[in-house]
Order: sequence, then structure tokens, then C-alpha cells
Amino acid sequence: MGVEGIGARVARKEDKRFITGRGRYVDDVKIVGLTHAHFIRSPHAHAKVKGIDASAAKDMPGVVDVLTAQQLVDDKIGNLICGWAVSSKDGTPMKMGAWPAMAPDTVRFVGQAVAVVIAETKNQAKDAAEAVVVTYEELPAVSSMTAALASGAPQLHPEAPGNVVYDWAIGDEKLTNDAFSKAANVVSLDLTNNRLVPNAMEPRAAVAEYDEAEEHFTLHTTSQNPHVARLVLSAFYNVAQEHKLRVIAPDVGGGFGSKIFIYPEEMVALWASKKVRRPVKWTGDRTEAFLTDAHGRDHISHAEMAFDANNKILGLRVKTHANFGAYMSLFSSSVPTYLYATLLSGQYNIPTIYAEVMGVYTNTTPVDAYRGAGRPEASYLVERLMETSARQLKVDPAELRRLNFVTQFPHQTPVIMAYDIGDFGASLDAALKAIDYAGFPARKAKAKAAGKLRGLGFSCYIEACGIAPSKAVGSLGAGVGLWESAEVRVNPVGTIEVLTGSHSHGQGHETTFAQLVADRLGISVDQVQIVHGDTDKVQFGMGTYGSRSAAVGMSAIFKAMEKVEAKAKKIAAHLLEASEGDIVIENGEFKVAGTDKAIALPMVALAAYTAHNLPDGMEPGLKEGAFYDPTNFTFPAGAYICEVEIDPGTGKTDIVDFVAVDDFGRLINPMIVEGQVHGGLAQGIGQAMLESAIYDDNGQPVTASFMDYAMPRADDVPSFRVSHTTTLCPGNPLGVKGCGEAGAIGSSPAVINAITDALGHNKIEMPATPGRVWEALQLQQAAE
Amino acid sequence: MYETTYHRPASIDEAAALFAKHPEAKYLAGGHTLIPVMKQRLAAPSDVIDLAKIKDLIGIEATSDALIIKAATTYYDITQSAAAKKAIPAIVHLTSVLGDPAVRYRGTVGGSIANNDPAADYPAAVLALNATIKTNKREIKGDDFFQGLFSTALEEDEIITSVSFPIPAKAGYAKMRHPASRFALTAVFVAQTKSGEVRVAATGASQSGVMRVPAIEAALKANWSAGALDGVKISADGLMGDIHGSAEYRANLIKVMAQRAVDAAG
Repeated sequence: MGVEGIGARVARKEDKRFITGRGRYVDDVKIVGLTHAHFIRSPHAHAKVKGIDASAAKDMPGVVDVLTAQQLVDDKIGNLICGWAVSSKDGTPMKMGAWPAMAPDTVRFVGQAVAVVIAETKNQAKDAAEAVVVTYEELPAVSSMTAALASGAPQLHPEAPGNVVYDWAIGDEKLTNDAFSKAANVVSLDLTNNRLVPNAMEPRAAVAEYDEAEEHFTLHTTSQNPHVARLVLSAFYNVAQEHKLRVIAPDVGGGFGSKIFIYPEEMVALWASKKVRRPVKWTGDRTEAFLTDAHGRDHISHAEMAFDANNKILGLRVKTHANFGAYMSLFSSSVPTYLYATLLSGQYNIPTIYAEVMGVYTNTTPVDAYRGAGRPEASYLVERLMETSARQLKVDPAELRRLNFVTQFPHQTPVIMAYDIGDFGASLDAALKAIDYAGFPARKAKAKAAGKLRGLGFSCYIEACGIAPSKAVGSLGAGVGLWESAEVRVNPVGTIEVLTGSHSHGQGHETTFAQLVADRLGISVDQVQIVHGDTDKVQFGMGTYGSRSAAVGMSAIFKAMEKVEAKAKKIAAHLLEASEGDIVIENGEFKVAGTDKAIALPMVALAAYTAHNLPDGMEPGLKEGAFYDPTNFTFPAGAYICEVEIDPGTGKTDIVDFVAVDDFGRLINPMIVEGQVHGGLAQGIGQAMLESAIYDDNGQPVTASFMDYAMPRADDVPSFRVSHTTTLCPGNPLGVKGCGEAGAIGSSPAVINAITDALGHNKIEMPATPGRVWEALQLQQAAE
Repeated sequence: MYETTYHRPASIDEAAALFAKHPEAKYLAGGHTLIPVMKQRLAAPSDVIDLAKIKDLIGIEATSDALIIKAATTYYDITQSAAAKKAIPAIVHLTSVLGDPAVRYRGTVGGSIANNDPAADYPAAVLALNATIKTNKREIKGDDFFQGLFSTALEEDEIITSVSFPIPAKAGYAKMRHPASRFALTAVFVAQTKSGEVRVAATGASQSGVMRVPAIEAALKANWSAGALDGVKISADGLMGDIHGSAEYRANLIKVMAQRAVDAAG
């Protein structure tokens, strides 16, 4: 291993262009003849579209055309799809309401598009949009799940009676009920997992171009998975054929899941580029991002845990309502089911679990995967419940967890997941030591003397990453396989290009993936170029989400590298007149072990391409591809401890210490891993203390700008203390587990557990804003 | 944004003349309110007259009686001013917790008080100190200047040229920041004038914008100490309540911020 190999803190190669303003994002794409799209969006949460009069707008300066929803219908453009089939417990399929890219007759959330203006400039498109007269007939709206499920509630979709998407369950109901009937103690908890807006720094954007002579489309778009975008756009929407569509996702400024999905705007831009015979650009603004990017979370749950007389968990019973918004987004069905309920066993031995999940339509922005996707909701429920249980059972919260930890691996949970490896006790021990748990009572007393309320909260989270074994997810209803692809091309001069199906939108793949190659060959990362994000350059790949790119994407590169190395060793052995088995690779050279005979990688590469002197029968060239399909999920886990101080005068909570001990398996680049953890923790703390997407009773968004929606800023988060314990993942050749979502999954329960500890009661919901904390303190004073 | 014509006059008179010529014009100072609403197409001035580069509108000076801040002086310049720090440290503190660094580099005193956002910081200082607002036409006392939400005594074409803050015996400012906007969720400026008068102004709390708080003034007049406010009860009537804090919470904050402002004032 060289200094730039696996485990080295290599500075991010891509940052040079990002921090010098030379990144190339979709909005930077300039094409001759470019037109600009501006969408006309519903101001109502629920309404009939009675008519659209664009006659005046079409005559305005610079207007190329005004396209309406009816034209999509006339062109037989398909509705948006949900790619994961989930059935109700009675076996009936999920009830999918039709979602056209622009609404021809009914709008179901504020911001849904009904028409689009294409003009020479964005400003001209906006001017013309004001002249388009859309006549709506308002319908009563439901903005909360409670309202949507009430008898006589307004109905969103004829396909979904009662506004129910599905009524799904997992686990053994009878066994679980039996466990509760034998319980010495039962602890119950009601909780809300607040709705979040992803807010990637770069808003979504699309530049679409149609080549009439070639009947070929090119779409530049902000995607985490350009091949999946191409597949969906061609196979389901009838816009373009797969071999006649190139999707390019260049530099993308953050995704957090929200750029997995194929949205109406990107699809309409593509369609419109053929319609108006001009390239079309759409760049969303921040308001459009608030209104139309898929939101995250939004659960209401009731949970109960049964304990025996020795405080061992006997069973867990959960009933969750999950808000889907107005339509089923691309992977929305899987998030509150297979990505949520399968993690309800947490780090614990729970003999039986029964979880019911009801999906509900409301007149709000659709909800789908957002950093963690289901797993933050699971860890929030389990870890709030564990902390509440410890307090109710009067046991130390660390000890209650330790008593119930899974310690034998592999471990089959009652909810599908089979944990391969872990050492939960080791992470907890390290976290307790780091926070100085024994010293907490003294710190609490000191804070009290200063008029502050101090609290400490745990979160021992587990999540499932390395998404995912294709056969397993297929059996659960997934419409796609979740393997990854790679191709390693050694150029004739010995430099290397790696074409990966993963997509980097901030994760630093251009560095970490290069480190793998550098590690194996003993060369510099500068000799390695990572190519991604273009369906014309890269073979079909599944993209980046679910913390999968190290465990799945790099494993594919690993496999391709093994093939390249095997061929290169054959060539080197031939050139060195040695036995293939004696060749070792060191510092960029192929050496005959135990001798001073060696040949440098460039010479081997050159020999492969000149093909003047190759072993008999060998094909020229040095390029290999591989597909890697994981055999199991990976299970990153860790222990987070948060210590807070509340100012009782204002209700303001300061996080005075935050310790995160994660087990991500092998770390490729610890610096990048720490960055991922910091960002994840900030998002989890944001959910716990600041962020909340709120609608009024008529379905109007109250928090559609940063003036009302509180994103965490640098001074809202503490200086994190991050460390690692390590068990190597046995399921992939690198031993990696994934680190992209852990911080967001594990941190919010630690924060709320600390706040409830300081408050002395459990009556607070996320986000625990100063106003809410102060109200919670008044409740307590009233009770006293 | 709709099309508009941008002007950068060199003098106050030139700015006023431009305004007279273009009835649909707007003055621009730091631009933190006007530019966003123009971008959202909620305002459509035919002409934008930028006051921020007029030399006569920039500068800080202190006399033995007053701190005079010219209207287009940026917050950043105020935080860096030795004269301001010496004259009224509470004003410098208020400025240092206003917005964020980007806001402080462009935002101006004149822009803040002319806009009179009900959660802005500067109206609290102007009202608590009964500052004198000088315009290109006249002088207006702080007591007469603020007239409810986003409304002031200014005429359409009037330009604030400077604000003169009388130097108090004691003054302090304490702010609970709005978690999202970083305006004041509620903030309180307390002042004891050299003649012994106590004036207290709260911003971010009332449905009608910045306001005096007589109950706190009375208690502090009797006893200038944070503890003197322990028993004061602030009514929630007429206070704002929203997703970030109920009216009762804001009522509590008026008292708590006043106590902390008194502590800061010494």
C-alpha cells in the first residue's frame, strides 16, 4: 500500500474545481439556440383544472410555445411510476393514484405543474406565465394524515378509497401479542417523525436537446442515477427510446436522496425539446425546490415494548402512519416498509416484532427517500423507546441497552434482516468513555447551580446499507436489481480510467475510488481518473444512494481490478520469462518475487496494446469490466451520546458535547468518512431541533423558504467528537459497510433523549425548538 | 424580476431628483428586503435608485452627547467603529448579532428603520434611545417615527440621511434569534438616559412592530436590576404567535431578554 492507498487521508481530488468555482453543473450547460422553461404551478392544494387559456401568452415577446398537460396526454406520455410494489396485509396491491407530469384535470398539491412556457429567456417565460389564465375549481383539501383518514374526508384518488396507499404489516402478530401478555412491564410511546425538505445546495435542473436527424435526445440533469433516469424515461414514459437517449449528470451539488427520482420537470423538458425543436433548459429556484423536491420522513407512530422481570425485551409492537403526500414517488412505497420496519430490531435481541404501516395520501408534496430513508424513522422509534424504557424501569440506559444487545453473529432478526457482524458493546464502551459518563452527575449539578438544565441522551443505532442483494429486493417487490458495475481501462501509457455506475454528488468518489486502484497497484491517485455520470461513457449502473457506493460500487471496481491484474500478470510473466504465479505487484511494478526482475505497469500496458509480444492466444488490450451483486445488506452501527444544556428562560438548547462512535468496517479515506459523519449529524440535529415542513389546514405550505424553514447553520451544531470501532464486513471483498447516512440516522434520537432527560419528561416532539422546549418546561412547572 | 432601470446617484439631491422624475421608483439601500421581493416579482419598481454609494450618507461620528450614524453606513462598518464602541457599546453589540456576515457587509441602518420590519433589530435601539432621524427634509424623533408594521413617518420620496442616538447612561440589548431568519424572535433594548429616564423597547414580539414596554420601564425606574423584573408579568395580548413561538412564549421572552439586557448594560 502506498501513501495514497486504502486508509490514507488523501485530500479530495475533485475539490480543486469545486472550491475554485470551476465545477460544471447542469445550469452551466450552454447550447446554441437554448430556450428556457418556466412552469405554471397550482396555487391550490386540491382543485379541478377547468381550463387553460394561453392565447395571450403565446403572443408575448420571446415566447416559443406554451405547452399544457393535455398535450402530454395527446402525445401518450406515460404517468410517473412507483418502482417498488408493496402489498397490503390482505394481499391487495398498493393503490397508486395516476400522476401525470403536468395535471390535465386535477391538481393535488400546491406547486403541481399544469403547463409550461418555453421562451427565449427565463424572464420572458416568467412574463408570459403571468398571462396564462388557468381556471381552477377549488376542492376541499386534506393536509394531515388525521384529516385524510377521517370519515367523509375529501378523496384524492379514485384508485385509493379512504386515501389509503396500503395497510401493510411485517412480523408475527400472534407471537408478539403472546409476548406482551406474558410481559412483566410494557413501555409505550407515541411519536412524530417530522417532515423534512432535502434542500440540496444545487436545485434540480435539466437541459434537454433533441437531434431531429438522429432522432436522438440528450438530457443533462441533476441525477444521482443517470442510467436509472434513462431507463425510466424510456421504458415507462414513452418520451425517448433507451438507445436514443443520453443522460448526463455532470457535477451535482448534493442530493440526499432527492435526486434519485425522475420528476415531472425533467421529463417535460425532454418532451418539450422535441416539441419546440429547440434545446430546453429548466433550472428550479429555491421555492420550486421547497414545493416539488420529494420531502422526507413524516411518520406518526405508536410503539410498545414488552420486558420480562429481568428487563430483557420480549417483543415490540408498532403502528405507524406514513404520509405519502399527493402521489407515490419513485421509491416511496419501500421507504416506510422495507427500509423502515426491517430495522425495528435495532441493536437488540427482540424475539418477536409486529409492525403495521398504513400509507396515507394527503394534499402535500410527495414524500420519498431522504438521507437515511426509513432507517432514521426506525432508529428514532427504537432509541426513544429504549431511553423511555430505561427511565420507566429505573435502569441505567446504557445498561438496559447492553443487557439486550445482539452479541452473536450472524443474527437473524424477526423482521427479515440478518445482521452479519458487529460489536455494539465496543462502540457503546468507547462512547461512554469519550463523554465521561461517570462525570455526568457532577456536570449536571454544576449546570443546575448556574441555572441550566443539563441532560444526556443515547442512541445505539443500526442501519442497513450496501443496498442491495438484487434477488432479495426483487422478492420484496423492487422493480430493479441493486448491483453495481465497473470497468477498469488501463491506457497504453499505464494511466487508468475507472468507469463506475456509482454517481458522486459530493461524496468524493473521484478520490476514494482512485485510492482503491492506487492501493492495489502501488501507484499515485493522480494516475487514476474516475469517470461517472454519463450514459454514453459508462456502462449501465445503478447509481448512488443508500450508502451503497463503497460496499457495492467499489466492490465492482475491486472485481474488475482483479481481472485486470490477472491479465497484466500473465503479460508481465511472459515478458519477464517467469511463472505467472511468481508475479507480485508493488509500487507500480510487476516483480518476480524474490528476484530483482521487474517491469513497470506502463510497459505492461504498452505491451498489451502493441500486441507485438503477448502470450499465445491472448487478446490485445487491458480493460476489464465487472458487475457486483452483494450477497447481503451491510450493517453500519454505532453509539452516539449527546449532552445538552437548556436555558430555562428561553428554552434554548445548546449541544455542549456530542460523541459519535461508528463502526463502518474498513475506512477507505478517514477524512472523507469524518466529513460524511459531520454532515449526517448536522442533518439529524437539524431534524431534532430546527427543521419542519408545515402545511396549514388548506394544504398551503407555511415553510416554503429559508425565512421560515430553519436549516442548521454552522453555529447550530457543536464541534463533533467522532471516532470508530471496527468490525470488518464479511459480505464484500473490501470489508466496508458505508458511512453516508449514519449520522442522520443515529443523531436525532440522541438529541431528543438528551432534551427529555434535561426536561424530566417525554412530552416534546421534533423539532425541539426553543419555543417548544419552553412550553414543555411550563407543562412541567404546572405539574409541579 | 421585472425589468427595471438602475441608478447610482452621487449625491442626495441627485437621488431625490431622480425619484421626483420617476414616480414608480424605489430607493435601494442594502437591498435585503427590496431585492428578494423584486426577484419574487412581488415588487416592480420602474427605477431603482441606489443610495448605498452616496458619500454623504456614509460615516460615523460621536460627540459628547450623541452617536451619529449616517444612513447608508453598513452594519459591518458600525461593528468596526471605535467611536461607536466607545459611545454606545450596546448598539455595536446589536449590530454584531444582526443577520449574518453577508448581511452585515451590505445592510444599512437607514434601510433597516425605513423598512421597519416588525422583527428588525435597529428599530428597538431607535425607539429605546428616542434617536433623532434626520432626513433630506426634516428631523423626526424616534417616538414619532415608527407607525406599525412596515410603516413609518417617512414620506414616499424622503431619504434618511443619518440617525443620531443620544448617548445614554446605560444601555443593553439582548436578542433571542429567530431560528430560521435570524431576525429577532424577540429582542429588547433597555436604556437609562443621562437624565435618569428609563426606556425599554421590544422588537419581534408585537403584532404592530417595535413597542415600548411600560411595565418593565416602571420596574427598572424603581430599581435598575434584572432581579427587579422577576415579578413583572407581560401580557400576551397583541403579541405574535407562529410556528416558531407562541404569544405566551414571546411575552416570556420580553421579560427574559429585558433582564439580560439590563445585565449587559451593567
